[in-house]
Amino acid sequence: MTTESVVPGVADAAFYNLRLYVAGQTPRSQAAIANLHRICEEHLAGRYRIEVIDLRVTPQLAAGDQIVALPTLVRHLPPPLTRIIGDLSNTDKVLVGLDLRPAGNAGGT
Amino acid sequence: MVSATRRGIPKAATGIVGLDDITLGGFPAGRPTLLCGGPGCGKTMLALTFLINGIRMAGEHGVFVSFEEQSAELAANADSLGYQVGEHIAARQLIIDHVRIERAEIAESGEYDLEGLFVRLGHAIDTVNARRVVLDTLEALFSGFSDTTVLRSEFRRLFAWLKDRGVTALITAERGKGDLTRFGIEEYVSDCVILLDHRVEDQITTRRIRIVKYRGSAHGTNEYPFLIDTDGISVLPITSASLAHTPSSDVVSTGNSDFDTMFGLGGYYRGSSILVSGLAGAGKSTLGAMLVESACARGEKCIYFAFEESPAQISRNMRSVGIELDKYVASGLLLLESARPSLYGFEMHLARMARDLHTFGPRHVVIDPISAFSGPSQEIHSALMRLVDICKSTGITALFTSLASTIAEMDADERDISSLMDCWIFLNTVESSGRRNRTLSILKSRGMSHSNHVRAFALTDHGLILEDTLRTAASSPES
Repeated sequence: MTTESVVPGVADAAFYNLRLYVAGQTPRSQAAIANLHRICEEHLAGRYRIEVIDLRVTPQLAAGDQIVALPTLVRHLPPPLTRIIGDLSNTDKVLVGLDLRPAGNAGGT
Repeated sequence: MVSATRRGIPKAATGIVGLDDITLGGFPAGRPTLLCGGPGCGKTMLALTFLINGIRMAGEHGVFVSFEEQSAELAANADSLGYQVGEHIAARQLIIDHVRIERAEIAESGEYDLEGLFVRLGHAIDTVNARRVVLDTLEALFSGFSDTTVLRSEFRRLFAWLKDRGVTALITAERGKGDLTRFGIEEYVSDCVILLDHRVEDQITTRRIRIVKYRGSAHGTNEYPFLIDTDGISVLPITSASLAHTPSSDVVSTGNSDFDTMFGLGGYYRGSSILVSGLAGAGKSTLGAMLVESACARGEKCIYFAFEESPAQISRNMRSVGIELDKYVASGLLLLESARPSLYGFEMHLARMARDLHTFGPRHVVIDPISAFSGPSQEIHSALMRLVDICKSTGITALFTSLASTIAEMDADERDISSLMDCWIFLNTVESSGRRNRTLSILKSRGMSHSNHVRAFALTDHGLILEDTLRTAASSPES
């Protein structure tokens, strides 16, 4: 699971450690959780871990990842750290944000 | 310190000298206040002072959410004003949370809101049980998120939420072109809006503060100069000083028993304003020092503001005419304060002097000389009037010295200033028989009779000695 030798183009093979911040069981939170699971299953099957953090329960965790907007998806691994905000309904933008598809690549579903 | 002031809304005192006067008690308690101004005009420092004073004076804990400065930088800046921020944080009275928004790190996909900010703020408020909150500068969010519609509706929700929580919130915002704030935040804060300004005139900068609106409360409406230095912030209320003071009929000695006899009641009125004008070297400062020395000898506190000499130089010079000031400085009765006139504008000097008067609480004050100040005469005149008013309303005897030409050559400015004064002493030197003789005369003394003689005097190492009435009429100063 070492990530120190990330070579361009090999990022796809890396393990994804994702953290999704939400607040309560709102429709938007649930949409974000469902969207994330779907995208990961389709594109990262077997090499991802999702941790859902409900800030209603653990508000003290908001400052650590500099959370302002909700929902926020934080990619801790592979580096660099990236953030995607929103309910993740725009799959293309999520894939670009996670470096699973280069920006501007017109391919996809 | 939430105090229901005079049938008005409850207020949270800022603890800033002067600001609580013009707001008649402070910011609206439990409501948001907007503080706007350009870069470098003191928004952050004022906001921080509001929190620190809340902790120290009112026992109200605080949360400072910074969108711009790192917590450590902010703490360092605050320490430069003498606030021990670290101690308050350690004592769980204060939280500084730096909210960093890096546009480049954030991608957007679908709908979002700013609930994360609410969660953080709520958690911080709960952690220290805060009553006061500062958001500095909320507008930084506009650079972090692309959807301004969401931001605006979230701001509206945030201000409602702050009110719900019942915290006294201070939100800072950048001054916009034409508008109060760059992104129109004032639209959401309807209770109290305060504007800070930082202007340069004649190469001298003056900070000013103005209350744009204050719902449910009367307030001062003018622009007031304010000061930030190592002792924190102070605001100089201008018009709170009115002509309502009751004059004293007490008389204080001029510091010389002979000179006292030239006044019908034997000295200056306590709490009056005295102008001593004269040529260079005529002995103006000596007259000021005489008043101070005799007052200190009676155990009354004094401040001597010097704008041309250092405290050590004044002590030395006065010692040469038999006036010993050092011992009173040592015993804490006398404050000798020196500052270069060009250090900042007269308004700022005035703010500093007003603060010293407030904190030291003297019975007498000497300002030596007022003629050292340059600037638009209108401004100096109005500033001086305020200083005179402050002294009068607090019963402080104020002696001003002024470098002046002869009465005949006196310009309009000097005559303007003299009209503010209750008593006017003119010092001159006249040439006769190959000698320069010092003379002294009283041009006016409101409310008591005075000698109309021009008296010659000498400055000896035992002090001022009045000689017999100068009868060489040929050399009177008016000629």
